[in-house]
Amino acid sequence: MTASWVAVLATAAGCYLLKLAGLTVPQRILAHPRAQRFASLVPVALLAALIAVDAVGRGQSLGLDLGRLAGLAAAAAALLLRAPFLVVIIVAAGTAAALQAAGLG
Amino acid sequence: MAETTDEAALRSARPARPVRDGVALGLAVGTSGLAFGAAAVASGLSVAQACVLSLVGYTGASQFALAGVVAGGGNLAAGTAGAILLGSRNGLYGLRLTGLLRARGPARLLAALGVTDESTAMALAQPDRAAARTAFWATFASLYLTWNAATLAGAVGAGHLGSAGTAGLDVVGPAAFLALLWPRLREGAAERGVALVGAAIAVAATPFCPPGIPVILAAVAALGAAALPGAAGGAAR
Repeated sequence: MTASWVAVLATAAGCYLLKLAGLTVPQRILAHPRAQRFASLVPVALLAALIAVDAVGRGQSLGLDLGRLAGLAAAAAALLLRAPFLVVIIVAAGTAAALQAAGLG
Repeated sequence: MAETTDEAALRSARPARPVRDGVALGLAVGTSGLAFGAAAVASGLSVAQACVLSLVGYTGASQFALAGVVAGGGNLAAGTAGAILLGSRNGLYGLRLTGLLRARGPARLLAALGVTDESTAMALAQPDRAAARTAFWATFASLYLTWNAATLAGAVGAGHLGSAGTAGLDVVGPAAFLALLWPRLREGAAERGVALVGAAIAVAATPFCPPGIPVILAAVAALGAAALPGAAGGAAR
């Protein structure tokens, strides 16, 4: 089995088991307010980190990618205008694709 | 029919909405599986791998995160850990849903698969337990079928894209993360602080760590905020 299959199966199984654990474990285990606060903030930290690394990282080096930054800026503008999820994605991808097609990406 | 007209009217006026709203939300959000399928294949995953992630993992942010690590040639173990950590909120959703769903045995195994941002939000928005249960299952069925069909379509279609299309797909993951993060940033200063510190940690660590690790290190920002005196009060809401 290739490494990518191991990663795919582990991620899929891990995501499912976390959901099942929530429906199974006694309520009091995660009832501590600090534990709940941590679990609710983890996605905020991770999502922000993913966006930042995607925006300015290339492997282990830092650098700016005009297409990606323009796509993210377009997504932010769409979000400010309260566009639905799919519209945000399409606007971001369309902006990056247009820049690439114009030779600027 | 033994029930009075009043009861019948009440029942027919209420239960229509959880189904209709849940199905509509599932169709709308599920379509973005197209973006995941296409981005996954562009990142180097196979069509089958993209589909397994959607069928079993069924957690959008985690799926995009793993595809991003594969695309960047990053450390797969760290990428897997980051993707799973990103799905940890679903465990909390389960804690809130378990009393509403009251699912046992095989029904619980199936219900667990359906725990997502969307099904949880829809269930918790209902006025009573019966409507919450209906909303959960309706959203789950609609979103699961749409998300998986769209994943397959996007994965198969990705091969027909040129360089402009590939550049567009490159930004699909980060744009999806931004759309998921956006409503959380409006919740309060603590969320915005955690996002800023998390992003700063990840960027600062990037030159020194294999790809995938910096994102996990960012969880320290959440740990710090949760440990601050008085910070735990926000969880009660």
